[in-house]
Amino acid sequence: MSEPVMIGETSVPAFPRGVRLKHDEVRTQWVILAPERMFVLDDIGLAIMQGVDGEATVSGIVDDLAEKFQAPREQILGDVIEMLQGFADKGVLAA
Amino acid sequence: MKIHHPPPLAILAELTHRCPLRCGYCSNPLELSRRSSEMDTQAWLGLLDEAAALGVLQVHFSGGEPAARPDLDIMVEHAEKVGLYSNLITSGVLLDRDRLESLAAKGLQHVQLSFQGAEPLIADHIGGYPGGHEKKLEIARWVGEIGLPLTVNAVMCRENLHQLDAMIELATSFGAQRLEVANVQYYGWGLLNRAALLPTREQLDKATATVEAARERLKGVLVIDYVVPDYYARRPKSCMGGWGQSFLNINPEGRVLPCHAAESIPGLEFERVGDRPLVDIWRDGPAFTKFRGTGWMPEPCISCDRREVDWGGCRCQAMAVAGHADVADPACELSPDHDKMLAIAASEATGESEAYVYRRIGGPAQ
Repeated sequence: MSEPVMIGETSVPAFPRGVRLKHDEVRTQWVILAPERMFVLDDIGLAIMQGVDGEATVSGIVDDLAEKFQAPREQILGDVIEMLQGFADKGVLAA
Repeated sequence: MKIHHPPPLAILAELTHRCPLRCGYCSNPLELSRRSSEMDTQAWLGLLDEAAALGVLQVHFSGGEPAARPDLDIMVEHAEKVGLYSNLITSGVLLDRDRLESLAAKGLQHVQLSFQGAEPLIADHIGGYPGGHEKKLEIARWVGEIGLPLTVNAVMCRENLHQLDAMIELATSFGAQRLEVANVQYYGWGLLNRAALLPTREQLDKATATVEAARERLKGVLVIDYVVPDYYARRPKSCMGGWGQSFLNINPEGRVLPCHAAESIPGLEFERVGDRPLVDIWRDGPAFTKFRGTGWMPEPCISCDRREVDWGGCRCQAMAVAGHADVADPACELSPDHDKMLAIAASEATGESEAYVYRRIGGPAQ
């Protein structure tokens, strides 16, 4: 039995096998495709999930977003961890 | 004026009705397609092209047992090529390790493997296939070793509901990411065998408590989906996310259906793959427009604030229980036929009927 994934600043999130980020051309939106499920991403969700590459730490993803959106790092950190933890709990993100 | 309708998200490709298992709960129709009438490889590949272009994102290869088709591998490869996420909905028993590895290499994304119990005695009795359970244990292990995500589909009925805890244990022991606790839905063979399958309310309440406790205990480890039998529901399920809203089904002969049980509704006209472009069949095919949206709804649905939440529930169930497809799903406590459903549950779940009529091509044995 595996252990629950807990997302923190030092975590390195990755899409496990069977989970992919895809541009849905017909609906012009981005989605995460997972076993028999899908999640539609809004612009913020997309910006976060595009940082997930199996190499970057959460901290690194947050730094990039803070620079890109010129927004307070602490606030972004909270949003990012919340979103990634939500996907981890649904079984569509590893770390 | 043509009303733009959003394209479907997913397609259930019932490649065949053939299956070595003979489960009496099967939701396939009593009149099963024979091998000679199955749609050929090229037509299936063309269908996948059309589906991807239409906006379908996921394909569920199902049946029957989809692995009974030797060309399953070709279809998985093609789905990957055209950008469709492919799921395999399987009983497992026709697979071996080489075939699984080949499917994974060709782009299969996910395996959903059914279990009929937590141990061979009950599981093989329900499946009507000696040795099936042991084979499935092996398949589950191989799926894990190959690294594909695994969903365990635990099909629950009166005979095995007391094994639910052990089935949850089984799913975690495989390292499955998801468990579907799928109480039998009463269509096709399942409807025929309802009196032998339907659990008691007491059994169901216990199962619900088991699921809730397991969800808490296994948070972040195992996602558990839970499907309750409609006969004990207070509000209907949003069947297929609404008729013709986001889902379509292709049966083994290539008929394009709004759901897998739609052929149980008399008078509906179904088109076949190739008759017209899929986009047209989806948009204005008579079977799809018949119950799409809210225009068809009688009371109590039409004035209900949930009319676009559950879409009036299941048309096939309305047909099966109320005798009309165009009335509220009797699973809804607001339906005038709801009492009928409760009465069926009360009389059939008593356990007097034990024997299954096993699924077979050619219809129920006399």
